Amino acid sequence: MTKSYEEIPLTPIADMPSTMNITGLWRVIRPVVDKKKCKKCTICWKFCPDAAIVLVEGVPEIDFRFCKGCGICSHECPSKCIVMVKEGSD
Amino acid sequence: MTGNYASAYGAKLSRAEVIAAYPITPQTSIVEKLAEFVSTGELNAKFVPVESEHSAMAACIAAETAGARTYTATSSHGLTLMHEVLMWASGARLPIVMTNVSRAMAPPWSVWVDHMDSIAQRDTGWLQFFCQSNQEVLDTIIMAYKICESKGVMLPAMIIEDAFILSHTSEPVDIPDQEMVDSFLPAYAPEFKIEVGKPMGFGSLVKPDQYMEFRYKAMLGMKAAHDRILRVEQEFKQVFGREHGGLLELYRCENAEVVLLTAGSVAATAKDVVDSMRSKGVPVGLARVRAFRPFPHDEIRALGSRVAGLGVLDRSYTFGAAGAMFSEVKASLYNCPKRPVTKNYIAGLGGRDITPKTIERVFEDIQLVTKRGEESEVEWVDVAGLPRWWR
Amino acid sequence: MIEVRFHGRGGQGVVVASEILAEAAFRMGFEVSAFPFFGVERRGAPVTAYARIDDKPIRMKSSIYEPDYVVVLDNSLLRGVDVLEGLKPQGRALINYPDGRKLEGLDQRFRYFVLDATSIAAAHGIGSQTAPIVNTAMMGGFVKMCDIISLDAMLESIRQNAPVKEEENVSAAKEAYERTKEVQP
Repeated sequence: MTKSYEEIPLTPIADMPSTMNITGLWRVIRPVVDKKKCKKCTICWKFCPDAAIVLVEGVPEIDFRFCKGCGICSHECPSKCIVMVKEGSD
Repeated sequence: MTGNYASAYGAKLSRAEVIAAYPITPQTSIVEKLAEFVSTGELNAKFVPVESEHSAMAACIAAETAGARTYTATSSHGLTLMHEVLMWASGARLPIVMTNVSRAMAPPWSVWVDHMDSIAQRDTGWLQFFCQSNQEVLDTIIMAYKICESKGVMLPAMIIEDAFILSHTSEPVDIPDQEMVDSFLPAYAPEFKIEVGKPMGFGSLVKPDQYMEFRYKAMLGMKAAHDRILRVEQEFKQVFGREHGGLLELYRCENAEVVLLTAGSVAATAKDVVDSMRSKGVPVGLARVRAFRPFPHDEIRALGSRVAGLGVLDRSYTFGAAGAMFSEVKASLYNCPKRPVTKNYIAGLGGRDITPKTIERVFEDIQLVTKRGEESEVEWVDVAGLPRWWR
Repeated sequence: MIEVRFHGRGGQGVVVASEILAEAAFRMGFEVSAFPFFGVERRGAPVTAYARIDDKPIRMKSSIYEPDYVVVLDNSLLRGVDVLEGLKPQGRALINYPDGRKLEGLDQRFRYFVLDATSIAAAHGIGSQTAPIVNTAMMGGFVKMCDIISLDAMLESIRQNAPVKEEENVSAAKEAYERTKEVQP
């Protein structure tokens, strides 16, 4: 619903933080981490463009609210312990 | 003092809090003077040396968004380098004040005055003031902060000094007392600013279904600036005893048959020509565009209905069209039932001196075309190789 | 209104000379305007500066084409530049010229004043011995040439505008005033 010009601020100002925009809904492929193979090199955490990887005791946990499934973590992992699978499969 | 020092004093007296600038001839002495004020502590401001004019404006935008009163200065290619971020400053409704030392664009390379650089920014949503004296430069900077920071306006402003003719010319300037300026200009108090502890996003994406409403509001701000300029000048006059003519300064236009309309320092020389022609009984007048944005439509319509001939001298040119001021004057006059004969004179580009003799010839030409009722056209004045333009 | 044109080279203080004159006149209650014209901003390049003095406020912003006075800080310009161009008939020129040498080939229409500002500036230690700064001495000479400006106003203006060695600059100007002479063309 378009707001009247009188109801909007002078310039677009958002008081809603961007974390409320759940971009994980855009994902069509998802990363799956084999934690046993993980060498804790932290490369996947550094490369994730969405900051959607959290290290728990050095091992990546994917934050699926924001992971868009770009596949960079899988591509960069030197131990090949992250694979991309179709979203919705198990 | 020079026009550049007048700018520096204007920013100092206005208590600018963040100054970010990059040097370019002939603006450098503004920034050097301000850097000196900051280093001695005379001005309590953060001076940010940056790597380009684009960065200078970006730094001002960031500082202003954080609630600081900012100032910068540039010229010519520096101003045009900033063009992209000038758009941001006005869309973000940030009342930044900047001096532009109006200088010709290259190639051909030039350091001297013309208005192409300033005129090329007329679509950016900035207020534009053309000054004719160093006193006006200093006073207008102080007034601009008051005009722009008012809630109904909230748009940035550029104060335009002619390169070398004002920037490097020394003339007597009265420096107002800091206490008087403080009483006239309160601290900057924006409704929204970046604050730690109150996270907000500025300049977000807006889809087509809401964008136009934001632009409409910006238009209202520019429209409000018209009355605000007049009101602030009256307040300035009460405190400091000086004024500079509102949006359109009229000089001896009462009972004038023909009037020359122009902007910048050439208007000051033209006033001497008006006096000399009037002393010989020739009824001429001068109209000086002081505020080019917002454009003084009403004032021009009122003037146009009272004179038979109106010449417009542009110190710039819009290729493929005509002088910018001429086009806008004609647009203002189009719907008027009683319209003068108009003609455009392109003069003074690249610092070409506009002498009193040339101005006198322009007045004579306006009189001649008015008498003949000739169609308006564009005349390039004193171009070598063209047949003699004056009759 | 009187109009003055100054000729010199970049680095000699030509622009400051015009401002010193303007301030001296301003102190006396005149309305003033002073401005430079430089092509290339570098040491050695010819620089021209101008000043206007009037008893009414000066609005005129176009350049000066027919000066009443000309000041030449560097006589090497006499060969390359027409320093007297536009000078009004019976207009006066002040030229920095070494003592003991005669100025040749002067145009009869004008009046000439000569001053060895280079030696005076060097003797007072202004600038270096190889490149003394002559502008303040020349302005002392200007007072001799022009009836309108008082020596006191000029000396005070010099004192305010000299970045260093204020009193040396003032003494140089005073000596220059004494030693400036009119010569016949």
